[in-house]
Amino acid sequence: MDTVVAEKIPFWLDPKKRAIMYQIAVLALVGLLAYYLVSNTLTNLEKQSIATGFGFLQKESAFEIGESLIPYSAASSYGRALLVGALNTLKVAFIGIVFTIILGTIVGVARLSTNWLVAKLAAIYIEVMQDIPVLLQLFFWYAIFYEILPGPRQALCPFNGLFLCNRGVAFTIPEAHPAHKYMLLAFLVGCGIVYLIRRWAKKRHEKTGQPFPVFSVSIGIILGLPLVTWWAFGAPVKMDVPKLVGFNFKGGMTVSPEFIALLLGLVLYTAAFVAEVVRAGIQSVSKGQREAAMSIGLRPTPILNLVILPQALRVIIPPLTSQMLNLTKNSSLAVAIGFPDFVSVANTTINQTGQAVEGVALIMAVYLIFSLSTSAFMNWYNKKVKLVER
Amino acid sequence: MEEAVLQRQAEELKPPVTSVGVIGWARANLFSSPVNSILTIVTVFLLWKTVPPLLRWAFIDSVWNTTGAECRGASGACWSIIATNLRFIIFGFFPNELHWRPFVAMMILFGLLFYSRDRKHWSKYLGYAWIIGLFTMGLLMKGGLFGLAPVDSSKWGGLPLTLLLSVFGLTAAYPLGVVLALGRQSKMHAVKLLCVVYIEMIRGVPLISLLFMGSIIFPLFLPEGININAILRAQIAIILFTGAYIAEVVRGGLQGMSRGQYEAAESIGLNYYLTMRLVILPQALKIVIPPTVSILISAFKDTSLVVIIALFDLLKTTQTVVNNPEWMGFSREAYIFIAILYFLGCFSMSNYSRKLERELSRED
Repeated sequence: MDTVVAEKIPFWLDPKKRAIMYQIAVLALVGLLAYYLVSNTLTNLEKQSIATGFGFLQKESAFEIGESLIPYSAASSYGRALLVGALNTLKVAFIGIVFTIILGTIVGVARLSTNWLVAKLAAIYIEVMQDIPVLLQLFFWYAIFYEILPGPRQALCPFNGLFLCNRGVAFTIPEAHPAHKYMLLAFLVGCGIVYLIRRWAKKRHEKTGQPFPVFSVSIGIILGLPLVTWWAFGAPVKMDVPKLVGFNFKGGMTVSPEFIALLLGLVLYTAAFVAEVVRAGIQSVSKGQREAAMSIGLRPTPILNLVILPQALRVIIPPLTSQMLNLTKNSSLAVAIGFPDFVSVANTTINQTGQAVEGVALIMAVYLIFSLSTSAFMNWYNKKVKLVER
Repeated sequence: MEEAVLQRQAEELKPPVTSVGVIGWARANLFSSPVNSILTIVTVFLLWKTVPPLLRWAFIDSVWNTTGAECRGASGACWSIIATNLRFIIFGFFPNELHWRPFVAMMILFGLLFYSRDRKHWSKYLGYAWIIGLFTMGLLMKGGLFGLAPVDSSKWGGLPLTLLLSVFGLTAAYPLGVVLALGRQSKMHAVKLLCVVYIEMIRGVPLISLLFMGSIIFPLFLPEGININAILRAQIAIILFTGAYIAEVVRGGLQGMSRGQYEAAESIGLNYYLTMRLVILPQALKIVIPPTVSILISAFKDTSLVVIIALFDLLKTTQTVVNNPEWMGFSREAYIFIAILYFLGCFSMSNYSRKLERELSRED
C-alpha cells in the first residue's frame, strides 16, 4: 500500500519539491537580471573608457571643501574628501538629533498641556511642519539668511560678541587654552563615575530600600570635575571675540549659513514628528498608574522616574529612533543648499571622476551602515526593556 | 404665590457667572493654575509681538499686481511674484497655448480623488474609472493621439509633474509592495531572503541616492541605443523606493490576520493564490488603508527631491522664478505660496486618513 501512495504523487505536486523549484526559478530570474544589468554596465563603461574599481579614492581631489572637522585641502585624496563629508554628515546628524529631541519633547508636552492656547499652538506647529516638504523648508531658511540678513559690514549684533550676517553667524568662544583638553577628559571621567554610582545606588536601593540622591550627585560630579580642572589651571577667562577684518569675521567661531539653514530645517521638521511620538508615549501610560503610585505614597519626582517614564519610554524609543534615522537620511538634502555633507562630496566626486557606480554605491553603503548599526542597537535595547511577564 | 417662589429658587440655582460662558471657559482652560496663567500671558505677549507685524507684512503693506521693480519700493510682501509668474510656477515649460491640457488632467485627478473620498462609492466601476482617468491624464500630457499636438516630456513641469510623480508612483509601487510583503512572509527561504534584503536596503538609504542611481546609473544598465527619459527614470526610482515602504505597511496588515483565517481558507481547499486573493489580502489591505494614505503623503512631499536631479517640478519652477534677476529677493513670498499648496494637499489627505481610521475602527 505504502509504495502505491508514494508513487501516486508526482514530484511537481509535492509541496516541498515544488517550493524548491520555485526558489530555484526566482533565484535564476534575479541572477539573470543582475547578469544582464552588470554586463550592460561593463560594456557601457568600457565604451566610455571609465575604469571600474575604487582606485580613484587615492587620487588628488583638486576641490576645496568649505567646512571640515579634519585638516583637508585640495591636494588631499578623494578618500579623505569623502571622509570629511561623512564626518560633516555625522556632525549635522548629532547636533540635529540633540536639538530635535529637546524641541520635540517640549512641543509634545505642550500639545498635552491643560492650557488651551499652548496646546492649540503646539497642534498647529505639528500639523504645519509635517505637511511642508523638508527640502522646501531648507530653501526657505536659506533664502531668509540671504535676503534678510545684511552683509558682514552691517552685521546685526543683538548683544556683544554675537554677529549675524549673510556669511553666517559669528560668536564668541573661550580662547584656546591647554586646560580645555583636560576639562573634556575630566568630563568623560565624571560620566564614567556617574555610571558606576548609578549602578551601585540601584543595587543598594534594591537590597536595603534606602534611596540615594543619584540625580543631584551626578550633576555635581559631571559639572564639578571640569570646573575643578579649570580652576586648577588658573581659571583662564580670556575670550576670543570675532572681529571684522576686511570683508569677513576673524576669530571666535563662525557657523556657515548652509549649516544653520540645514540644521534649522531638519530640526523644525523632525521635531514635529518627534512631538507626536512623545505625545503618544505619554498618553500610553494610563491614568491609573499615576493614581496607584500616588496611593502608595510616592512623591511626584519618583512617580515620574520610577513609574511613568520607564513605561512611556518603552513606547517612545522605537519610533524615536526611526525619526532620528530619518533626520540622518534627510541630512543628505544638504546637497541642494551646498553644505558639504557626504552626498554632496560624493556628488562632486562623481562629476569629476565619472565613477558613478562606485560613488552611488558608496553613498548607499555609508547610509546602510548608519541604519544597520542603529537597528542593531534597537534590537539590543528592545530585548533589554521587553516586558517581563510573570 | 407658591409658583413664584419656586421660580425664584430655580433662578438662584444658576451656576455662578465665573464658571460658565467665556469667563468660565477662560478660567478652566487658560488660568487654571498660576503656572498656566503665566504661560498664557507669555504666549499672548509673544503672539501680540509677532502676529500683527506678520499680518501687516502679508496683507496691509503688501503689493499684489506690480512689476519686480515696483515691488522693491513696497515695505510689505511682494505677492506680485506669484501673480505674474503663476502660470510658469504651476505648468513649467509646457507650451503656453496648451495649458488647458494639464489643467484638465489635474481637474480629472481632483475629481476622481474627491469622488473616491466616500467609501460607499468604492466599486469595480470606480476602479475602471480610475484606469480610464489615469490613461486620459497621460494622453492629455503627452498628446499625439486624437489630434492633440504631442508635447515632449522634457517640457512637463510644475504641479502636474509633482502630482504625476506621486500618483503614478504610488499606483505602481502598490502591487510591488504587496508582492514584497507576501515574499517576506513566505516560507521559502530564498524568496524571503531576497525580499528582506531588498526592503531593508531601500529603507536604509535616502531617496536621493536612488534618484542619483536613476539619473546616472540607469542609462548604464541599459544596452546601447535604448534611452529612457529623465522623468521616467526618476519615476522608477520613486516606485522602487515607495514599494519598500508599502511592503512594510502591508506586512503590518498581514501580521494582523489571525491564523484561523489561513486555516479556514485551507480547510475549504483554496490554494495559496486563492487564499491570498479572496481571504487574506482583502482584509489585510483594508486594515492598512490609513497608513497607506500616510505613505501617499510622504510620496507627495518626497517628489520635491527631484529638484536635485534637475526635473522641473513645482519646487524647481518656483526656484527658477526666484532666481530670475527681476524677482531676485522675493523668494520668501514664492516659497510661502508653494508651502501653502503642499500644506493644503497633505493636510486634506491626513484629515481624510484620520476620518477613515475612525470609520474603520467603528466598524470593527
